[in-house]
Amino acid sequence: MIEVEKLTKNYGPVNAIRDVSFSVAPGDIVGFLGPNGAGKSTTMRILSCFMPASSGSARVAGYDVFRESLEVRKRIGYLPENVPLYADMRVGPYLDFVAEVKGIARTERKGRVADAMDRCLITDVQNRLIGKLSKGYRQRVGLAQAIVSDPHVLILDEPTIGLDPQQITEIRSLIKSLAGDHTVILSTHILPEVSMVCSGVIIINKGAIVAQGPIDTLVEQFFPTARVHVQIAGPYPAVLEGLRRLAGVLDVHDAGPQDGAATFVVESDRGRDVRGEIFQLAAQQKWELRELRRAGMTLEEVFIRIVAGEETVADDRPAAEPTPAAAEAMPAEEATE
Amino acid sequence: MKIWPIYKKEMRLYFTSPIAWVILTIFLFIAGYFFYSIFAFFTLASMQSAMNPAMARDLNVTDSVLRPLFSNVSVILLLLMPLVTMRLFAEERRSGTIELLLTYPVRDGAVLLGKYLAGLTLYAMMLAMTLFYPLLVAYFARVEWGPLATGYLGLLLMGATFLAVGIFASSLTENQIVASIITFGVLLMFWVIGWSSDYLGGTWGRVLSHLSLIEHFDSFAKGVIDTRDVLYYFDFTIVALFLTLRSLEARRWKG
Repeated sequence: MIEVEKLTKNYGPVNAIRDVSFSVAPGDIVGFLGPNGAGKSTTMRILSCFMPASSGSARVAGYDVFRESLEVRKRIGYLPENVPLYADMRVGPYLDFVAEVKGIARTERKGRVADAMDRCLITDVQNRLIGKLSKGYRQRVGLAQAIVSDPHVLILDEPTIGLDPQQITEIRSLIKSLAGDHTVILSTHILPEVSMVCSGVIIINKGAIVAQGPIDTLVEQFFPTARVHVQIAGPYPAVLEGLRRLAGVLDVHDAGPQDGAATFVVESDRGRDVRGEIFQLAAQQKWELRELRRAGMTLEEVFIRIVAGEETVADDRPAAEPTPAAAEAMPAEEATE
Repeated sequence: MKIWPIYKKEMRLYFTSPIAWVILTIFLFIAGYFFYSIFAFFTLASMQSAMNPAMARDLNVTDSVLRPLFSNVSVILLLLMPLVTMRLFAEERRSGTIELLLTYPVRDGAVLLGKYLAGLTLYAMMLAMTLFYPLLVAYFARVEWGPLATGYLGLLLMGATFLAVGIFASSLTENQIVASIITFGVLLMFWVIGWSSDYLGGTWGRVLSHLSLIEHFDSFAKGVIDTRDVLYYFDFTIVALFLTLRSLEARRWKG
């Protein structure tokens, strides 16, 4: 549905994106990840035909975004980053205008607008001036204008930013419900959102794509082993040695002392759970087992590792160990979003 | 071409924001004041000419009321029209709405025409409301409807040119004030450019005088429709609109 090949965009001497290639299959929801300034919005602006690329090609819904821009624009719904809306218009008439510009016949328009407002939960503000709405409502009006024509492809630049937790959940389930009939590409800063909503992910950093694929595959590529986080208060060398000797354990790393006890990350083969063995070991040796849990091998860690370490999937083994501090920082960050 | 939805949207924005109301009010107020003072002066002159038949010979409503009124109105327009057009593209660019507008399935040309026609409609409304003055005159005196009609046609054509220049300036910047200053500067330049023809003389004098916005209006005010004048305003408008289209395109490349 979306095919991008060697897309490059220069702003004068500045390279916003270079040689970006990816494709999105029909009906998929793909998350577009990257730190600020990585080139997410630039890519989305090119896909939405707002501006042409310096070189390379992009096809959306089978049409070239540059040469057949009008055909592409008939088939997309776009939500730009800052949700630009006409502050002096009321919600209802605004959506009616969008539907009309998008070529929806007069007879159908009322129904479509009502449906879009209903799905984005803005029916109760339809007579309000857009400029007087809260950020969350504006965001949803922006989303409503993107889906009002029921387009094949949705390009959403940070669709859940500025919403409260409940609205985020609602919008996520709305986006999820679009899968199948619609192809969605959405950018976001909230990593768990990608795991929750998207089937695939594209990670972009400094203008180039560094990883892409289904989330599970990516995580596996980056973390080929299963990890267990253990905290044991006991004689340090003996504990380390004991853990190393356990059947199925590939490697043990010291994660530094915490609360006066040694902490380790135990790596084992994927699919093998060594927690039972660790528990047995601690019980036998009468070590005080304070913590025993699976370390998350989540998209966050992949992302942080890629962006911080600037690795690409091409490397077969990650060079740097993910710092547990970073891994733990993510959920906290999510809560503040 | 989806001009109609864009046009409706622009009209809605003109009238939901105070812009259209303020412009209409100020314009009618000033035009009304000019009409009042010119008409009052005409009344005075008429009374005096009752005692002096020689003077009465040259006295008629077209020359003494309508022509000065038209020429005053054209000066008000020079000042007000930049304000009618300044927001059309600059505001969309500043608020970022241009990004959505230009990714809807509508050609740049249709966007431009929709906006231009909305500006033209607002202008036509301004003019239409001044029709009250000649009607008032017609109640007291005999009005020559021919020159009146050509005068209004001239104002309409000249205003259409002003609007085209204004919309071009608006497409150049995201700052409305900058847009209106550029418009005013360009219009004023083309307004006074003919004045130098007086001492320049020769071919250059004729060229400059032909370029002047106001020179071409005079014949309309006298009741003459000269195709040269019509074409001048027409060409001027087309060139300005064409440049706007180019400017929109260039802006896309710059992102």
